[in-house]
Amino acid sequence: MNGAQDLGGMMGFGPVTAEPDEPVFHADWERRAFALTLAMAAPGGWNIDQSRAARESLHPAQYLAKSYYEIWVAGLEKLMAERGLVAPAEIDAGKALEPAKAVPSVLTAARVERVLARGGPTERVATAPQRLRVGDRVRARNIHPLGHTRLPRYVRGHVGQVTHVHGVHVLPDANAAGAGEKPQWLYTVRFAAQELWGETADPEASVSVDAWESYLEPA
Amino acid sequence: MHDEHDHDHGSHLTDMELRVRALETVLVEKGYVDPKALDLLIETYETRIGPHNGARVVAKAWIDPDYKSRLLKDASSAIAELGFTGRQGEHMVALENTDAVHNLVVCTLCSCYPWPVLGLPPVWYKSAPYRSRAVLDPRSVLAEFGVSLPANKQIKVWDSTAEIRYLVLPERPAGAEAWNEEQLSRLVTRDSMIGTGLARSPSEVS
Repeated sequence: MNGAQDLGGMMGFGPVTAEPDEPVFHADWERRAFALTLAMAAPGGWNIDQSRAARESLHPAQYLAKSYYEIWVAGLEKLMAERGLVAPAEIDAGKALEPAKAVPSVLTAARVERVLARGGPTERVATAPQRLRVGDRVRARNIHPLGHTRLPRYVRGHVGQVTHVHGVHVLPDANAAGAGEKPQWLYTVRFAAQELWGETADPEASVSVDAWESYLEPA
Repeated sequence: MHDEHDHDHGSHLTDMELRVRALETVLVEKGYVDPKALDLLIETYETRIGPHNGARVVAKAWIDPDYKSRLLKDASSAIAELGFTGRQGEHMVALENTDAVHNLVVCTLCSCYPWPVLGLPPVWYKSAPYRSRAVLDPRSVLAEFGVSLPANKQIKVWDSTAEIRYLVLPERPAGAEAWNEEQLSRLVTRDSMIGTGLARSPSEVS
């Protein structure tokens, strides 16, 4: 989806402002929002691609105006509402108005360490041949999916070179749509900055993206 | 985003404080979350996991050529040797800075960042200014961090668009040849492992 999350190459946001000795969280609500978001994945049953898709579906004006954890909270509320776990009215009221739904599991304190250590590996066993090799010239396809995708706009239609092969990984486009993992070969593709941004770009700069096989075509 | 809205920061904070408190109350009441698990998640990322982990990886690579070659070949398992594994670090790649190449990591689409070695990302890394310009004009972004590189130095920008997570291996500064691993780790900053900074010089820490 060509949403506001796809920021590469936009202008007008001003300089990057780093905060010296920045704390991990800037307010207590950020701590709780972070932890609630991580903890709700188990009972909610959604995957990381669905979480990202929920955040990206915010109206662009809202996405750009909200702080990072405000976006997380909005995404979490949307995922819960869609599944009938918590209605917005219940958050407004600060109490449950409907009975709890049966959920697949709850993240208990005893399981936290194990769940974080396990993480969410996305590599899968190959079931299709690897079609691209290191050194191949490829074009990022000019696609504009309505759903979630991880091919940023600024590389679409441009030609680069495969530099790494990472094995077969869960395809976010399918996983976010609830259509299964549909794993595909994943590559790193390097683009010259001048290929992406024109002749005024830095001649010594390049930008690499990680791209699934269906994002690419031979060039 | 966040840091540019100081004028209404106060009301945001109040609204969000209330909203998130209400949200937690409802989720606990419904039995979906365990408040002790929330505390543990926060404690983990606020106190235990952070850039000090990545600094150990870099210092070891500086001092141990065999480790460095394992790190550049298979970063996930080399980093796991030091016990840093798990969420948002499942598939690691290490990028070596040299006198000819400087690497810079960004996530233009969200905030992908190697949690087990660097902890949670700083606000600027997640912000629109960095995400929009790191790919378009990396040299000017580096200048805003006080890093100026020779014009003939290659800049390789890595946009974390999949679940591969990148750790920059900064150049080892001169003047610390006799330092041990623990001392060297104090030269390794968070920004030097993202690529928006260089490692400190020994005179800055001694």
